[in-house]
Amino acid sequence: MTRSQRQRILALTPRERLKSRWTALGIDRPHRRVRGPETGMAMVRGRMGATGNAFNLGEMTMTRASVTLEDGPLGHGWVRGRDFHHAELIALIDACAQQDDLRERIDAELIAPLADELATRNAEASRTAAATRVDFFTMVRGE
Amino acid sequence: MYVAVKGGEQAIANAHQLLGDRRRGDRELAELSVEQIQEQLRLAVDRVMSEASLFDPELAALALKQASGDTIEAVFLLRAYRTTLPRLAVSEPVDTSAMRIERRISATYKDIPGGQILGPTYDYTHRLLDFMQLAEGEIPTPARAEQALESCPQILELLNAEGLIEREADDGSEPYDITRDPPDYPVDRAARLQMLARGDEGYLLSLAYSTQRGYGRNHPFAGEIRIGQVEVEIFVEEFGERICIGEIPVSECQMINQFGGSREVAPQFTRGYGLSFGHNERKTMAMALVDRALRAEELGEPVNSPAQQAEFVLAHADSVEASGFVSHLKLPHYVDFQSELELLRRLRRAHAASQKAASDEEVI
Repeated sequence: MTRSQRQRILALTPRERLKSRWTALGIDRPHRRVRGPETGMAMVRGRMGATGNAFNLGEMTMTRASVTLEDGPLGHGWVRGRDFHHAELIALIDACAQQDDLRERIDAELIAPLADELATRNAEASRTAAATRVDFFTMVRGE
Repeated sequence: MYVAVKGGEQAIANAHQLLGDRRRGDRELAELSVEQIQEQLRLAVDRVMSEASLFDPELAALALKQASGDTIEAVFLLRAYRTTLPRLAVSEPVDTSAMRIERRISATYKDIPGGQILGPTYDYTHRLLDFMQLAEGEIPTPARAEQALESCPQILELLNAEGLIEREADDGSEPYDITRDPPDYPVDRAARLQMLARGDEGYLLSLAYSTQRGYGRNHPFAGEIRIGQVEVEIFVEEFGERICIGEIPVSECQMINQFGGSREVAPQFTRGYGLSFGHNERKTMAMALVDRALRAEELGEPVNSPAQQAEFVLAHADSVEASGFVSHLKLPHYVDFQSELELLRRLRRAHAASQKAASDEEVI
């Protein structure tokens, strides 16, 4: 799994859920902040007609953080909104996942179940939308 | 002589205290929380984010609370907050074709791949006041289908495949950003769409309506409206690739309009496009209609209606600018007004003198 694939799952998981899943893993590595956490904005772009040239739609708040473990690797995290803890937690998990002894555990015991949860949440939302899909039937008039 | 005057500090402080009191209302009632606004007045929150041009539901809800529900004041508050933040990134253009759909309809085809999905809509409600809302009742959980949605391709792509509609292709050009460089008229379509996206909904709605009533007629059909979640990706140096930082809800409207074409290009439908943060269907429809109207010159149509005049439309679309300039009339204009009074008195004296001279002549 690539760092950006992990980052996606971590950013799409609500912070409280991520925190409890991570705590349950019992990985406790001392770390310190090297950048941020800091909140700023990302300019969100769209495309004309969905497929054409880009244009600037408007900005969104976002937060980024970078941390380093005592024994070396840097970790980075970015997330929508203004939650310092969420960004820092993503950075910490990213840093830990650079460690050979932790990577497999993180992928198997954190990222994979969170990806499953995300898929389940999305499927439920999709089924709720699907319940509002129109079934047309044709009225036959006269004979 | 002009004499500077000071005063009003106590009055202002007391006025703010009174405002806080009015905002709180009856202390016997529970105070409204920001979370409640965010959850239960979602469409107001979405409108504030769209017009403030800053996506942050919690802050938009806070702005609405602070503004006692005054949308334009809330937009102003959020827009002002925006100026305190650094820009950390620019996103990749969001892929609305990959949207996690909550609502998706087409008014041009009944049977569409993926189907007509109504989602949480006020359409088909009877617009009768629901007195049940006065009581606190249990709200049933929404129905859930057995199967998830099928894939929902963009409807306009169906026309595109036949060559019946103008193509929207990416030429890779970097879009103009009106928050970095003020608009310099005439502005290109990227700048227009950015300005429309933050434009006041009421204003855009009225202009869109004017095009339907014949002032810049462009024969629109709602080809597709879709609302749902899109992932926002930014490129980060640290990983050397794009990463997802989260999802945001957006609304998109693709209008199909009557024909363009030229000696080289066969007649084909033309497009108008609307995109907005959150659930803002009416806004995106209005935006798409006005976008199309503003393309008149590019499409070789006569420009003779208000909605087709880019500088007029765009320079007055922003509610923060508009309310700022209108509201400034409340500021003291004592000296300006004195000089006007002086001028008026002089004119009246001159007028009286000439009247008198005229009547004296008649007597002679």
